[in-house]
Amino acid sequence: MLNVGQIEQGYVLDHIPAGKSMSIYHHLGLDKFDSCVAIIKNARSGKLGKKDLMKIECDINSLNLDVLAVICQTITVNVVKDGEIIEKKLLTLPKELKNIMKCKNPRCITSIEQELPHIFYLDEKKEIYRCKYCDEKNHEKF
Amino acid sequence: MNPLDFTTEELDRLFDLAVDIEANPAKYSKKCEGKKLATCFYEPSTRTRLSFESAMLNLGGSVIGFSDAGSSSASKGESVSDTIRIISCYADICAMRHPKEGAPMVAASRSKIPVINAGDGGHQHPTQTLTDLLTIRSLKGRLGGFTIGLCGDLKFGRTVHSLINALSRYDDITFIMISPEELKVPDYIRDMLTEKGIAFKEVISLEDVMPELDLLYMTRVQRERFFNEEDYIRLKDFYILNKQKMALAKDDMLVLHPLPRVNEISVEVDDDPRAAYFKQVQYGVYVRMALILTLLELV
Ligand SMILES: [Zn+2]
Repeated sequence: MLNVGQIEQGYVLDHIPAGKSMSIYHHLGLDKFDSCVAIIKNARSGKLGKKDLMKIECDINSLNLDVLAVICQTITVNVVKDGEIIEKKLLTLPKELKNIMKCKNPRCITSIEQELPHIFYLDEKKEIYRCKYCDEKNHEKF
Repeated sequence: MNPLDFTTEELDRLFDLAVDIEANPAKYSKKCEGKKLATCFYEPSTRTRLSFESAMLNLGGSVIGFSDAGSSSASKGESVSDTIRIISCYADICAMRHPKEGAPMVAASRSKIPVINAGDGGHQHPTQTLTDLLTIRSLKGRLGGFTIGLCGDLKFGRTVHSLINALSRYDDITFIMISPEELKVPDYIRDMLTEKGIAFKEVISLEDVMPELDLLYMTRVQRERFFNEEDYIRLKDFYILNKQKMALAKDDMLVLHPLPRVNEISVEVDDDPRAAYFKQVQYGVYVRMALILTLLELV
């Protein structure tokens, strides 16, 4: 395994489906982040064959990880503090997602009022997200 | 507000109030004195607007508002959120109709006063559903224990979808869905009924099922919904309710229609005591009165 070094504080995201790390990079807004981010693509993994891995050096309260579960629920989130893993987070689909996907329904109020936040709620029965305003299904892929 | 946001007990309280209003109109004629209803209609719907206005006037309140987007600041690009903040300073309660889905919800979330959804595009029209439920409850004496036929455009008709959803919470109702193949109910309705173990069947002929029905909810079949002209011509008479078809029905069956009708109910049916669609309009006013009183916490 490639060693990109330890992090002091932040997250190690493991078991990311191969190829999804750039999507995560984008959706977590890491492009606008000034801290250290390491991305390992297509690492060998017993479980998945290939996987991606990410290390993010940051204040552990500064990132909203809601979107991860939407990308893939099997991602392992290791929370690192003082150089040690202090917690393994289990991902569950959040009840509500704000400004992560956009409603594409042309009849929706969000199509004409740009300043409205795009809010989606979880339709628990079907494990899909629906727009809070018009109830239309989310079609965006991650 | 979605009728399903109310529990059936809360709906019962609302309907009990509407029934009391019907029986004792004088008792309520001054309840809203000094209160103002704003009707904010971003698209015209004269019938719904007049129903709200009539409801408020019956309660002794007054009414302000606009009846199409052209005459409001919306045409100058003002957001729904800004509009409702301003309306909140002028009125005590607002009924909003908007062509965009979710607009009344946005308004409600930014508003200091209660906002009633008076129809948002093809999305929801909750006061129509409340009207339908009150009509059935008042004229049949109960919500449940009957067979209801829903006839016409069941694919695009939002009033039908929300009525089925609302009725699915009551016991012992059988749904008979009567429509051409092209205009059958969407899958999610069928799935929901199957999941809840509710009896339903889908048929093409209205005539065949007339004798089974306790209620018949008619909707319009629009020409533009058909793929081709021949199908339209072949099927359109199937879904026109006339004296011959009424002769097949039970003596106490009731016919409902959200109105306006075009030709799907022949005028010869209007004098039939089983035609309840004009009574339905009256119940629409009672249920809106009950809703205004409830939301203004005047009961
Ligand atoms: Zn939407």
